[in-house]
Amino acid sequence: MTLEAKNKQINKGLILTAFICFSVLSFLISLANGAVKISFKEIIDILFTEKFNENYQIIWNVRLPRTIVASLVGTCLALSGAILQGIMRNPLAGPNIIGVSSGAGLMTLIVLILFPSHYYLAPLGSFAGALMATLFIYFLAWKEGAAPTRLILAGVAVSSLLGAGNNIIMTFYPDKVSGVIGFMVGGLSAVNWKHVTMIWPYALLGIILVMIVPNRLNILMLGDEVATGLGLNVERTRFLFIIISSLLAGAAVSVAGLLGFVGLIVPHITRLFIGSDYRYLLSATIFTGSATVLLCDTLARVMFAPVEIPVGIIMAALGAPFFLYLLRRKGEY
Amino acid sequence: MEISVENLNVKYGNKEALKNITLQINSGKIVTVIGPNGSGKSTFIKAISRCIKPSKGNIFLDDQNINRINTKEIAKNLAVLPQVKNVPSDISVEELVSYGRYPHLSFGKRLLREDNEIVDWALKKTGLIELKKRLVFTLSGGERQRAWIAMSLAQKPKVLLLDEPTTFLDISFQLEVLELIKELNKNLGITVVMVLHDLNQASRYSDEIMVMSHGEICDYETPDKIIRRPMLKNIFGIDADIYEDKINKCPYFIPKRYSQTR
Repeated sequence: MTLEAKNKQINKGLILTAFICFSVLSFLISLANGAVKISFKEIIDILFTEKFNENYQIIWNVRLPRTIVASLVGTCLALSGAILQGIMRNPLAGPNIIGVSSGAGLMTLIVLILFPSHYYLAPLGSFAGALMATLFIYFLAWKEGAAPTRLILAGVAVSSLLGAGNNIIMTFYPDKVSGVIGFMVGGLSAVNWKHVTMIWPYALLGIILVMIVPNRLNILMLGDEVATGLGLNVERTRFLFIIISSLLAGAAVSVAGLLGFVGLIVPHITRLFIGSDYRYLLSATIFTGSATVLLCDTLARVMFAPVEIPVGIIMAALGAPFFLYLLRRKGEY
Repeated sequence: MEISVENLNVKYGNKEALKNITLQINSGKIVTVIGPNGSGKSTFIKAISRCIKPSKGNIFLDDQNINRINTKEIAKNLAVLPQVKNVPSDISVEELVSYGRYPHLSFGKRLLREDNEIVDWALKKTGLIELKKRLVFTLSGGERQRAWIAMSLAQKPKVLLLDEPTTFLDISFQLEVLELIKELNKNLGITVVMVLHDLNQASRYSDEIMVMSHGEICDYETPDKIIRRPMLKNIFGIDADIYEDKINKCPYFIPKRYSQTR
């Protein structure tokens, strides 16, 4: 390998390392802040040497599960978005485009409003809803192959159809709407260890995939015909990735509500720093996704404490301007 | 490597884009497909490059049916340069060319030294070695097309399919690309099948020309038997005078006027 190529690799390695550190730091910040401030030193003590005081309870029962979930939710959504932007070759693709939000939203509303006694099925329902909406969109877009443009158009159409379903339910049961607002805007306020067990297998699946498939995404970026010429089975690869994206985003949405925005913006921000080579981009996205949700969730807890703002609102309010700033600075907008 | 096509049919919805195409392309030849717009040239290239599924018929590479071989195995022998390509804005020439090694990589593996040597070889063959660090995005049209050809070369193919490799290039880049293709065919023995719009270029650079019209093959012969007045009149609807290019030993023509009878 030439020296320059090596330098480029080292640079990207450095950026990746910075992202990892940033993500670890965000994890600690999230553990330290909230209604009660706990110092980093005490956190380390509590995590590694047992000490049964009040802060021990706060860390182990409240903050640690929440922080883990926030970090995994960020990873899942951001990976999902990065993969979709690659296979659709469209910068506006995100988990919303394959019906994750609308499908999960509708099923959750059905469970919470029409069958409130089975509220415990809501996460399962939102997960199933996300996957079913994705499959439906894929089926509609299929015509001797599922071209990205048709997938996106079918996605927009199905999303508005399911959105109409959401609105019907909310119109007929206005008294019960307040109970589902938290889900609609996305939040992590009631998260516990059970949610950790719900999401980690999907996050792990996503991370494993990242290790083995980035070459395929790079090749798919060159266009369907070029990819076919290079011996990639384009339709099979695209279907596989769509299902994986839906699983990742569906798992995240089922524990944290509709936080689709992360999946759109975090991959972009990461790309602006590390470039579009998926070998680096996907690994970097794991950490930028988790750091983003961790920091926004921490802000959501401390900004107007003791009142908590749903993290989705913070994310949109801070994420969008920051994103626009980056785009302008890089001269791509 | 030989390509044999047997009774190939392709349909777009109800429209028959290719009808009963049967032909054999011999190893080491340059075959150019010509024909008016919508005659099925690109469809033909896409069908042999397995981007379109035929509704009927078979395609063989040296007696092996491409439907029965793993697509990655095919890519080790057959490289394709389609018309529509997408270049990520931050990819360098060297990175692009290295993707040509994809069919030779086993699952999840990275490039070995041998692969990097082949990439360098492809860059040298296409005269891009000095430009290998440049972003593809910043290259001129001709250089960019050469970079794609280099990627195809890195596949180490025995057959190269090109769909209108000279479109959108000015005349000097067109010649640059065609000379390169000719050289690769001569020095490496790569069989070339390409679509060209410029009939004089087709005449000069091909061993054989295949004329298509309305999804069918009208003629498949050496240039001196193809570039003739009746063909130009019947297929392309032009009146032309035909001359002999004594240096390149091929016919060329100068169109006189558009004639109504096609």
